[in-house]
Amino acid sequence: MSSADAGGLKPGDHFMMGNFACVEGAILAGCRFYAGYPITPSSEIFERASVRFPQVGGNAIEMEDEVGSMAALVGASFGGAKVMTATSGPGFSLMMENIGLAYITEAPVVLVNVQRAGPSTGIPTLVGQGDMMQAKWGSHGDLETIAYSPSSVQEFFEFTIQAFNAAERFRTPVFVMADQIVAMMWERLRVPPAEEIEVTQRLVMEPAADQDRERVVFDYAKDFIPMPIAGRGSRVNVDSLTHDSRGYPTTDHGWSEKMTRHLAGKVRGHAREIWRWEEKFLEDAEVAVVSYGSAARSALAAVKYARAKGVKAGLLRLQTPWPFPDEVVEKVSRKVSGLVVAEINAGQMIHPVRENSRCPVVGVPWAPGTLIEPRAIVDAMQAVVAS
Amino acid sequence: MKFEIRITGLGGQGAITAGHVFGSAAALLEGKEVVVTEGYSPYVTGGWSRADVVVSDEPIDYPLVSRLDALVTMYQEGLDLNMKMVKPTGVVVAEQRLVDLSKVVGDKRVFPIPAADAADKLGKKVLMNIVMLGSAVALAAPRSLEPLKKAVMERFPKAAELNVRALDTGADLARAAKGRSIESLV
Amino acid sequence: MISPQVPHGGPEVRVPHHINDPVIRSERLPNIWCPGCGIGIVVGAYVRALQKSAIPRERQISISGIGCTGRVSGYLNLDSYHTTHGRAIAFATGMAVARPELEITVIAGDGDLGVIGGNHLIHAARRNVDINVIMVNNFNYGMTGGQHGGTTPLGARTHTSPYGNVETPFNIPYLVAAAGASFVSRWTAMHVRQLTAAFSRMMEVKGFAFMEVLSPCPPTFGEFNGFPEALDMMKYFRDKAVVDHNADLSKIAVTARPDDSVVVGNFVDRKRPSYQELLGDLRARVQAQGVAKK
Repeated sequence: MSSADAGGLKPGDHFMMGNFACVEGAILAGCRFYAGYPITPSSEIFERASVRFPQVGGNAIEMEDEVGSMAALVGASFGGAKVMTATSGPGFSLMMENIGLAYITEAPVVLVNVQRAGPSTGIPTLVGQGDMMQAKWGSHGDLETIAYSPSSVQEFFEFTIQAFNAAERFRTPVFVMADQIVAMMWERLRVPPAEEIEVTQRLVMEPAADQDRERVVFDYAKDFIPMPIAGRGSRVNVDSLTHDSRGYPTTDHGWSEKMTRHLAGKVRGHAREIWRWEEKFLEDAEVAVVSYGSAARSALAAVKYARAKGVKAGLLRLQTPWPFPDEVVEKVSRKVSGLVVAEINAGQMIHPVRENSRCPVVGVPWAPGTLIEPRAIVDAMQAVVAS
Repeated sequence: MKFEIRITGLGGQGAITAGHVFGSAAALLEGKEVVVTEGYSPYVTGGWSRADVVVSDEPIDYPLVSRLDALVTMYQEGLDLNMKMVKPTGVVVAEQRLVDLSKVVGDKRVFPIPAADAADKLGKKVLMNIVMLGSAVALAAPRSLEPLKKAVMERFPKAAELNVRALDTGADLARAAKGRSIESLV
Repeated sequence: MISPQVPHGGPEVRVPHHINDPVIRSERLPNIWCPGCGIGIVVGAYVRALQKSAIPRERQISISGIGCTGRVSGYLNLDSYHTTHGRAIAFATGMAVARPELEITVIAGDGDLGVIGGNHLIHAARRNVDINVIMVNNFNYGMTGGQHGGTTPLGARTHTSPYGNVETPFNIPYLVAAAGASFVSRWTAMHVRQLTAAFSRMMEVKGFAFMEVLSPCPPTFGEFNGFPEALDMMKYFRDKAVVDHNADLSKIAVTARPDDSVVVGNFVDRKRPSYQELLGDLRARVQAQGVAKK
């Protein structure tokens, strides 16, 4: 751990848009490389990075598409840089290919997805949370995902820093699953002094003796393996094919098992250290809402309204939807008679919630491109209590 | 106390900028909880835009406006589409040259403000939004203009004095508007 | 465990020491390429250029995509990267911008760089990213068993063009030169010395340095297209290649028909500011103004 980088936003209060706060968080976390392609409603992140990164000695480059953006990030990550991009649904789809590359080659990459409404091009300017399952299952071949979901400008800033810390520690792509509301809203941002911002630096592989060709460069017995950085004489083969401990491609069953277990295991084995959640009014709750991102703000309003009407309601807000905080949800589900999952989609995170709950779970499908209304959540809670 | 205001106009009129100025003054200088959200038509140029500001003494859960304490509009549809959201105790601040007020005659919430003419007199058409903001604050949330003045000075350091005058002009126009009826305008 | 396997049932050959050992991961040999393939010749020429280069070995980086030529990087004892299909140039662009002092060479196939990655190719040439790109063009998708692609000559037969290819192929040097590359060349697997010399030049060039290397693919292309024996296409390159450094690039499309000539040469070698230089200038300009702390 070290403290935040110079050149960042000065400590104190700022009034700022979520997308801008995200960039400032990235700079304080030490990010100096951005590759992207413009897409609504994430473009302010690229625009501000284009202003700010050169000021702090970094680069913000525009690629020909999101496929190239993600490939460039993995390349720059192996160049030793802390790297990021931001996109929205259509770009997220195109990035899936090289998210897999980052995953199998263990490249730290931070991807901010400002979710918008609908499938395909959908409604670019309106809000959605329809990429939550794509974040987990979108790239082929069994990925273990780390994702943060901010509900405020302050959290967008803080979770971006934490996403970098997680990416560098776990050497894996990490997502900040924001949404149009949180990204475009302006709120007060409180920036702590640099020495109070913890920043994780990556473990870098020391160059090995030239003749030692059979050396173990990826020790799969360990969760955290030093990363070979280009130009230091590591002479390591970094491969998108399933590879053995020397980094060489293999079709061997044993190595396939070891490598894939390592990739997933380093995240799963430390899930409790990644999980973040917030509990509100759960002590005596009979019914609880599970929500995340901007939807959780509606959920909190709904819970307060229901309490005013005499319903003992509570809120579980998932700040890290992935890895899914199964134990947290299970514990809450044992205390209440029912769970309501409030999200801006046709029902996505409701699936892992249901899988891990010991009580009935209902959803509030919502996809008009607006923030889910507290009224709809209150109705669902009342139905749960009545049944 | 919670206060909700929608500032709406056509592209280039500075509705969103006015929202940011109001929001940052309340958040940074008055210590309030503030959320500003924005909306646009899909047109890059010339379409409608709006800033919604929620100001509260308590942390703000639901971040969007639902019942307006104040509506500021600098175009016709901004009035037509949003009147239904204005509270019975709310205030509507309408630019009187750009908005036809004949349908709201008799509505005591509506105040016509000649902000476009005032901005012309100040020498810069782009000051209309700041004049409107001065009027809106004077009518809907009477308070010292000092935090707002600081906010515009920070936001427009090269035209600080003009913007401060625009705010004062808006407040003066608001006082004058209180004594006038809409009937005299239509 | 990985057990070394000898393809095609040939004898296992172990050479105690070879001059290229420091640059080749000889423990990974034999390689996966077919008898008669030209890729090994290209690798040999590249390795000789590496050995001659004054650039410190640890700064030499090799990046490949996916396919037969995509396997090249894995055999080189450098920092080597075997990336995704078509994306080697985009990957290299990121690394090159983050670390401008590195000497990055992308070695990949025609389908990889020119078709699925064609957009990255032209845009990297347009930006004049300071990297070297070696495209081994064997006129088809070899690793997947021989399908036609964007470089397959009109009329050529492959498993997906069994009645003859109806698509006009790219004239690759013409395309890359038009896009803006600093250096553009074409040679064949028969031109070993010229390949080595051009690779050395590419390492000196500031900006996008590109070479198309025409290469035989006996089992999945040559056999069905008038070059039935493994050496036939090499003989064709020997007999029909015409060196013309000043060729009109619009007229050098390859037909791969036994009677047609193949124009080769170092066609373009011009000074244009590289992407990294321009980005460096931009950073210096911005930082000279001071970081405005908001």
